[in-house]
Amino acid sequence: MNTIHNPREEYGKQLLTMCHANKNIVVLDADLCKSTMTCKVEEELPEQYFEMGIGEQNMMSVAAGLSLTGKIPFVNSFAIFLTSRAFDQIRQAICNASLNVRIIGSSSGLSDFGDGSSHQTVEDMAIMRALPNMTVIAPCDGIETRKATQAMVDYKGPVYMRTSRNDMQDLTTEESPFEIGEVYPLIKGTDITVFACGIMVSKAVEASKVLAKEGISVAVVNVPTIKPMKRDKIIALSRETSAVVTAEEHNIFGGLGAAIAEALREEKIQIGFVGIKDTFGVSSNEAEPLLEYYGITVEAIIAKVKAIINLK
Amino acid sequence: MKLNIKELERKAYVLRKNVINMIGIGHRGHYGGALSSAEIMTALYFYKMNHRPDNPKWEDRDRFVLSKGHSCPILYSALAESGYFNMEHLKTFKDLNSILQGHPDVLKTPGVEANTGSLGQGLSIGLGMALGLRLDKRDSKVYVIMGDGEMGEGQIWEAGIVAAHYKLNNLVAFLDHNKIQAMGFTKDRINVGSLAEKWKAFGWHTVEIDGNNMEEVVKVLDDADYITDKPVMVIAHTLKGKGISFTENTPAFHNNLMTEIQFEQALFEINQKIEA
Repeated sequence: MNTIHNPREEYGKQLLTMCHANKNIVVLDADLCKSTMTCKVEEELPEQYFEMGIGEQNMMSVAAGLSLTGKIPFVNSFAIFLTSRAFDQIRQAICNASLNVRIIGSSSGLSDFGDGSSHQTVEDMAIMRALPNMTVIAPCDGIETRKATQAMVDYKGPVYMRTSRNDMQDLTTEESPFEIGEVYPLIKGTDITVFACGIMVSKAVEASKVLAKEGISVAVVNVPTIKPMKRDKIIALSRETSAVVTAEEHNIFGGLGAAIAEALREEKIQIGFVGIKDTFGVSSNEAEPLLEYYGITVEAIIAKVKAIINLK
Repeated sequence: MKLNIKELERKAYVLRKNVINMIGIGHRGHYGGALSSAEIMTALYFYKMNHRPDNPKWEDRDRFVLSKGHSCPILYSALAESGYFNMEHLKTFKDLNSILQGHPDVLKTPGVEANTGSLGQGLSIGLGMALGLRLDKRDSKVYVIMGDGEMGEGQIWEAGIVAAHYKLNNLVAFLDHNKIQAMGFTKDRINVGSLAEKWKAFGWHTVEIDGNNMEEVVKVLDDADYITDKPVMVIAHTLKGKGISFTENTPAFHNNLMTEIQFEQALFEINQKIEA
């Protein structure tokens, strides 16, 4: 059964539920609440919602101040405006002091297909991952987005989660476990292991099914937490097949692929990257053609898997 | 027990003396902005703020954010004099493994309320604290000190708009208007124009005082308690490097080192003020 959820809607619903349950949660937004879906909190619990206007830098430091008074701030805008424009504020006051600020980057990756490069993030995971104390999450579907949102309430230290604007096919169920920092093998395989995050997990699963028909056994691992990464587990899963491909809707530099390669730095394992090849985004009137344009597709994963297996 | 004006005036010079000793001979330190804000810091820590040095995280305390983090020697001096940590720590300023970093760090120094150092962020952090305290229905106030060179940071003006929008009457900001920034006199580097007119236009209750006059500082702090619908901006006209003849109004002493002779001269001048 194929079911679909929209991650930003799931996030908004979960956030509202949490705000009802925990009065220490506060929500900040910079004039995009109907896009980030924090509007539900503004409508029902206005005392826990703070409109910050179009000023992301101030918003980020305000979140630091709220955290310093014991609140759990969820900071919202498009991923690009939070991670790039307010980078210094995240670094200086939040990560330096390891504050419990939750930064939710909406419309991340290429998911805001129409708005083009200025609104798309190819680098958010890379720059957030470089910050000491920061945790970086990229959920694979709407259900996991909801669970990750819940998991970060009591989590210690700053968290960045990138969320997708568009519907995502369910890969996990209500019963699937979720823990920040954990990795989840979805499909077993013996020839190669594909580590994927975000929208690329479902594409990896699809690629695995296609390749199975050709006699190639592909393991698929969902890596919702890019940092911290369980190195031992990544190594163990990689050794099972001795070949690795990573797949992400992000620059091939600095994101999931880089994190996996770093984890495997002492292993003799071939590794290939599927991702955006160090270039900025561009406008498209539809989501899928944009992913094809950048070569982050099921076909791209299949081709990379075959190329890496040939090197074994 | 609150100090009276005379005692506060003397205390400001004790804080200055600590700054001179803390930075010492031959080490660089931000003397200028630390010395210019000594009266404001003294009035906050030894007259106005409700705080408990033996319980730095006491929930009902007033908060202080040093937005111009480079002036931290005067903050460390006030914290040590208050009893947040042993005075002996002052000698370790900027040493490897010291609790006293080159810029304020909440994880390392008891009593420091926010990490600052990248200019322009402290007012926003104070704004967030003020919102959080109001949400909890606490009477605590948030005090922030900014620099005048810092007014070049755009984020300051974002915070100015938002704090006025939320009518944060529990937020009191001091603008240590010493008229000198790192590379020279502020009017020559980038002329910021009339700060009082700007902050009034942004919707803040704006007052101008002599920020090195203890009576005026104390009065403005008490008056701020009666402003009920706006955040308060105190434009405190001060003398950069105040208290030592060769650092006063001298751009070179924004961040500089003292020779042994200068160090002795500085202590001699400060001691005279303390003993007077």
